Order: sequence, then C-alpha cells, then structure tokens
Amino acid sequence: MSINRRNFFKTMGVAGLTMAGLDSMGAKSGGTEETEFYGILYDATICIGCRACENACAKAHGFPEPDDELETGVIRKTSTTRRSVINKHETSAGEVMVRNSCMHCNQPACASACLTQAMYKTKEGPVIWREDKCMGCRYCMVSCPFDVPKFEYTSTNPKIQKCDMCYDRIKQGEIPVCAETCGDALYFGTRRELIAEAERRIAESPDSYVHQIFGEDVAGGTSALYLSPTPFDELGFDPRLKNESYPAMTKGFLYTVPAVFVLLPSLLLGLHEATKSNQNHSENHD
Amino acid sequence: MTSPAIQQPKEQSVWGFIVSELKPRGKWLTPFNILSIPVILTGLVLIVLRFAFGLGEVSNVSQEIPWGLWKGFNVVTGVAFAGGAYVLTFMVYILKMHKYHSVIRVTVLNGFLAYIFYAGALVLDLGKPWNIFNPLIGNSFGASSVLFLVAWHFVLYIFAQLIEFSPAVAEWIGARRARRILSGMTVAAVIFGITLSTLHQSGLGALFLMASEKIHPLWYNEFIPLLFLVSSVFAGLSMVIFEGSITHKVFNGQVGKNHRKNSDVIVHGLSKICAGGMFAYFFLQMLVFIHGQHWGLLFTPMGYWWMLEMFGFVLLPMILFFYSYRTFNLPVIRIAAIITMIGIILNRLNVSIIAYRWDAATHYMPSWKEIVISLTIIFIQIWIFRWVISRMPVLRDSPEWAKD
Ligand code: SF4
Ligand code: SF4
Repeated sequence: MSINRRNFFKTMGVAGLTMAGLDSMGAKSGGTEETEFYGILYDATICIGCRACENACAKAHGFPEPDDELETGVIRKTSTTRRSVINKHETSAGEVMVRNSCMHCNQPACASACLTQAMYKTKEGPVIWREDKCMGCRYCMVSCPFDVPKFEYTSTNPKIQKCDMCYDRIKQGEIPVCAETCGDALYFGTRRELIAEAERRIAESPDSYVHQIFGEDVAGGTSALYLSPTPFDELGFDPRLKNESYPAMTKGFLYTVPAVFVLLPSLLLGLHEATKSNQNHSENHD
Repeated sequence: MTSPAIQQPKEQSVWGFIVSELKPRGKWLTPFNILSIPVILTGLVLIVLRFAFGLGEVSNVSQEIPWGLWKGFNVVTGVAFAGGAYVLTFMVYILKMHKYHSVIRVTVLNGFLAYIFYAGALVLDLGKPWNIFNPLIGNSFGASSVLFLVAWHFVLYIFAQLIEFSPAVAEWIGARRARRILSGMTVAAVIFGITLSTLHQSGLGALFLMASEKIHPLWYNEFIPLLFLVSSVFAGLSMVIFEGSITHKVFNGQVGKNHRKNSDVIVHGLSKICAGGMFAYFFLQMLVFIHGQHWGLLFTPMGYWWMLEMFGFVLLPMILFFYSYRTFNLPVIRIAAIITMIGIILNRLNVSIIAYRWDAATHYMPSWKEIVISLTIIFIQIWIFRWVISRMPVLRDSPEWAKD
C-alpha cells in the first residue's frame, strides 16, 4: 500500500481502530520480500521414515513419545501432544514419506485472524503462539488453511498447540531440534537459501523430483518447503489450496470498513435532515 | 395503565421501588415457566461443569470443527435476527416512517438483550475468557482481524442500543430530566448504531472468508459479507413480525392503544420490505451461483440441500410475502415470516457448521449439553425480556408527562 493512501486513510481519523488494521496489513504484505525468514526444507526423496524428528520434537517439548506405527493409508494427524508427524503414502512413485506440521506461512492466516496477536509472525520467520494474549476463540483454527493449530479441549487453561520452529532455539542461534536430529531430509536455513538449495537438488537429479517446490507459492509462500518425487496431491496436500495469501481474502472487506465508517454516518445524517425539513413542509400544508 | 409507583416515585424510597419491581408479577405456572425453569437449572449446572473441566466436557467441537452451536446458532444466527433493530431505527428515525414507531422500543430491547446474551455465549465458548479484555484495552490489538472488528462493533453497538432504549428506563423510574437528555441522544445513537450494524452484520460473514476450502463451494464465495448483510434485513424484520404475534398474545394486557392500533398496518408494511429484501437476496444468490459455475455440484446431496434452502426457504416465503402483501392476508404474512426465519437458521448454520468441513471424516453434531446451554441462554434472555416488558413502557404507551 502506498504511503499516500495510508495517509489518506489516517486523515479520515474517525475509526482509529480500523486504520491500525490497514497499516499492519500493509506492512505485512510489503515486508515479505526484504525480510530473511528462516525455514525448513523437507525432502521426501531422502526421508526414510525413521521418525527421529518426531521423537526429538516430543522430547524437546515435553510430550509423550509417539508409539504408533507408520502405515500407508493411515493419516496420523498432529494433535495437542504432537506438533509434527510423518506419514506414509502409497503413490505413483511407490511408498513416499511426508512430514506434516505448521507451514509458517509468510502471511499467516492464523495471525491475521487472531484478534489479540497471540498468533504472531516473528521477524525471524517462525509463527509463534503467545499464551498470555490468547483468549481461546479458536478463530485461528477456523482460518488456517492447513488445519494446524490444535486446542486443548480438556484443559481449564487451554493452550493452542502448534509447531513454533523451536523459536527459543533460533533466537539463541541454534537450529530446530527436528532439523538437528535429521540428516539431510530436514534442512534448516533462510528461505532464500532453502529455495536455492531445492532448485539445485532438482537441477542435479531432475528425474528424482517433480519440478515444484511446495511452499514457494502456496498460500502466498511458506517457510516450510517441500521437495517430492511425486505430485503433492498424492501426499495428502489439498489441491484446492490457493497460491494467493489467505489474509488477502479479507482485505476487501477490511478496506471498506473505514470508508463505511466515514460515509455512512454523514449520509444518514443528511437523510435525517432532509426528511426533517420535508416533514415540516408537509405538516405546514396539512 | 401506569402503576402508582411510577406516578409518585419520590414518595417511595429508591430501594423500596427496586424491591417491589423485582418481585414477579402474574401467574407462575405458565407453560413457558414449566419448560424453561428445568432447562435453565440444568444449563447453569452444565456451565459450571464447563468451567470446572474444560470445554470438551460439555461440547462436541473438535480440532477440525472448532466452532459449534454456540457460535453458529447463538452468535451468528442470533445476530441476524437482532438485525430488526437497526432496520427499524433507520426507517423511523432516518426516513421518518412514523407508523412503525410503536414497535421500535420492543425491537431495540430485543436486540439489546440478544447482543448481551450472545456476547455471553461467546464468553462461554472462549478457552481463556479472562483474556477477553486483551483486544479491547489495547495491549494487543489484532487489528487486521475480522473478529477484532466484530468484537469492537459488538461492544459499541450494545452501548448504542442502551442509549436508544434508555428513555424507556427513565420513564419507568420517573426521571424526567434524564429522559429529556437521553431522548436527545437518540438520533446520534441511531446513526452510530446503523453504521456499526451494517459493518458487523457483514463482518460475521467476513469471518469465514479465509475458510475458503473448508466451506462447501455452494456456500463459500467472496460475497458472504454482502449476503449476510442483505439477509439480516429480512431476518430481523421477520423476527419483528413473529415476535409481535407472540407478544400480543402473551402480554395482551401490556399492549398500549397506539401499539394495538398500528400493529396490523405495521405487519403489512413490513411484509413488503421483507419481500423486496428477499428478492434482492435471491437475485444475488443466483448471480453468485452462476458466477461460481458450480452446476456440477447441484445434483449431489449437498446440492439438494442448497436448493432446499434457496427455493424452499427463500423463494417460497418471498412469494408468500408478495402475495400476502397484495391481498392484505396477515396470517400468511406470519407464516411467511416463520419460513423465512427457518431459512435464515439454515443458511447461517450451513455456512458456519453444516457445510463447514462437510468433507470431514467425522461430522460435528452438538451434544445435548451444548443444546441445553444454548437454550438456557435464550430462555434467560426471554425471562429478562418479559421482566422488562411488564415493567417499563415498552409495549404500552409512555406516561403522559413523557409525550413529546
Ligand atoms: S500453517 Fe496455519 S498455523 Fe501455520 S503459519 Fe500457516 S496459517 Fe498459521
Ligand atoms: S484462539 Fe488464541 S491464538 Fe487463536 S485466534 Fe483466538 S486468541 Fe488468537
């Protein structure tokens, strides 16, 4: 959004709340290219389904270690005690593993949905959840196109559980436990580096990969990136997912709000005055 | 019609007045009481359980379908029905259609209570309700959130409606000066209220805009906000018609001369507006459908369900409204209003629950506990509504001194 437009909205001044909304949306959509978000590249041609990442994640976050077996056709879902899962799929390229977890979208639907900024896109890239702000409305769950946030329904002080890319470790210069545990299938770096790396891998052995990096465009781009030997819809990714950013879908509505706030009251006031004089007029004639 | 307490408020102590007004009036063993008291008592126990053991104890909402009956029915549907208040205040105070004046107060009261109680339903549904002030006091404005706007507009609109209704309270306690001041604020409150209403009625639809793959394509489209707004007009007015026919029976003794005289004319006039609104809505729905090019989905189970909603509960009542307006057939108008209301319930539940994750492995069905709590909220609201009606000049005429 251009500065002029923003100033224009600001000078209208009436609905300060809604202005703030426009500003933050503008900042978000503008900021993605310059910022170096971190991310994780998952390569399904390398993953052997050992699930060391799952175990490391569970241990690092104090969850029970998963004890169920991988089976093709059985989709194991992330849950309040499991932030990332590996699933086995029967595909046209044979059995292929795939990891499911938060995509850490560049423009996360969850964070734009959250009315308290409890869901928050950090400048480092991870999308984190902040307990002291959340009011438990679960609008983030309604909005996330990947169905990632999970809510502790049986708790009296419920948390939203989802992968935070080990944000605390990243801040200390370490890398997420899953990527640290795994060999090459999970590769940590800045998003720019990861895309270059993914392109290099595809170029090096073009026959092993479909020529697409899942996450480069989907939902406006994500920090979690995927390489696969087989089309992504065979790995359980919803083919209906859009490439545009999800928060952009509410922009049209949010942009009309300040306009309505300025125009409608004056229109109503005008109507009110007009009908008033009309009435006096007709009363005089009565 | 005014009770002695109202005519000489000064001779009585304030407390004496309040205590006497809190006492129930009239018969106790009405059918409504017999039905509602056990439900409310059970509901209150369930609400305690909900806070003692977490949301999952009473509710069937799940990781895939995180919003259930309380959000979909009490909030999203209820707010549509409360839309009558903004439409009628627009007609009376802005367009000066004075014949509708006598139903203003009861409609605003109804809207006001609806919003208070639906805000209550929302609080029950929150996982961490103690953080509810976060988005309001400004330490964490999530201003790019549609829900943030809706929440703010909700709160502000409750105040606007309070001001719109306050003259009735002033007349009840006999505060003449206060009444003059409060009535002077009505037009401002009305203008503010209409603006807020158009925004949050459409905002409730906009809540679902990001759920673009989760809602069945026959219900999901980028025009949900507009469709919600347009349908709130006839949803609210149908509610006014429906409620009028009930209150006239139940509160017969309360209904003032003015009100009685006008009520048939009002119902007749409203039927025309409903018909027009529904025509616009139906037209829009069809445009959206053609634009969406979902012909292939029509002859699937969800398609039949969609056609039932569109033709059975929009087109049919619209025709009934047109017909009964022409022939001045009040009973048919009332039937049309009821069908319209069922249609609104269907539509809102479809968007928020039924067509939401229609493809999920396990479907959401509200638990009986959820339903009881949902009814508890509505019943308590009706109790308070009744309490106010039988005390304040809502249906009956204002006291002589308050005539403008
Ligand atoms: S995948 Fe979902 S939870 Fe994760 S950042 Fe994107 S919208 Fe948020
Ligand atoms: S549940 Fe919490 S994190 Fe999710 S949108 Fe609501 S307040 Fe934000």
